[in-house]
Amino acid sequence: MSGRKFALSGALVLAAILVAGCSTASAVRVRPWERAALADPAMNPDRDPLADAMGDHVNFSREAANGGKGVGGSGCGCN
Amino acid sequence: MVTPLRIPWAAVAGAALALMPAALPAQVKPGDPFPVLDPSVLTGGTLPVTSGKVAFIDFWASWCAPCKASFPAYSQLNAAYAGRGLVIVAVSVDDSPAAFRAFVAKMQPTFATVEDAQHKLVGAVQVPTMPSCYLVDRTGRVRFMHAGFHGGQTEGELRGEIEKLLAEGAPSP
Repeated sequence: MSGRKFALSGALVLAAILVAGCSTASAVRVRPWERAALADPAMNPDRDPLADAMGDHVNFSREAANGGKGVGGSGCGCN
Repeated sequence: MVTPLRIPWAAVAGAALALMPAALPAQVKPGDPFPVLDPSVLTGGTLPVTSGKVAFIDFWASWCAPCKASFPAYSQLNAAYAGRGLVIVAVSVDDSPAAFRAFVAKMQPTFATVEDAQHKLVGAVQVPTMPSCYLVDRTGRVRFMHAGFHGGQTEGELRGEIEKLLAEGAPSP
């Protein structure tokens, strides 16, 4: 077997291994009893009302976006 | 002339099979025998005797909000039915023993609480969500299960099911 064919065969074996690793949902699924980290308050993107308000203000004032959260205005960037 | 590439399909298939993750055990469902409550697996508390009794096995965690709501209801069930043969065992799946102890200290449950820190029992049962609870009859077979806790609705359903299982009496020898 030439070096090129050997490398190609090796690549096929590696690809099969990678596909096998992805083929079963259980390999990547976080099971219900393993969700402690996901349930941590730090994982909540809305955990800080002040930071939310500041982010909305930046979006509203500097990026010509109206925030998409019921904020009035045209998004002209003039506020 | 170009020689055709010979692909080692046997090696490819063998590698794929060898590295494929093992299949998960099936979920325990009504009709299935419930796994044995092993005191070497369930730590952090005293396991009550469940043989010959109606057992209510609840899987909970300190980080699970509905679990917090369920404990007072389960204490009421314990008060109402423990004298008639109901045994409640609440199994924590917390990774942290400190979180388990803090939750128990705060909630002051009137029923048994143990910790499945290595997730052996919950892994064997394959609970579908947190919390999940199983009503096991006097022969050790799961008769009812509830995924999640929905307040008075779940408590009402549990009361009816517990009454039914308690009314069945002890199994004949």
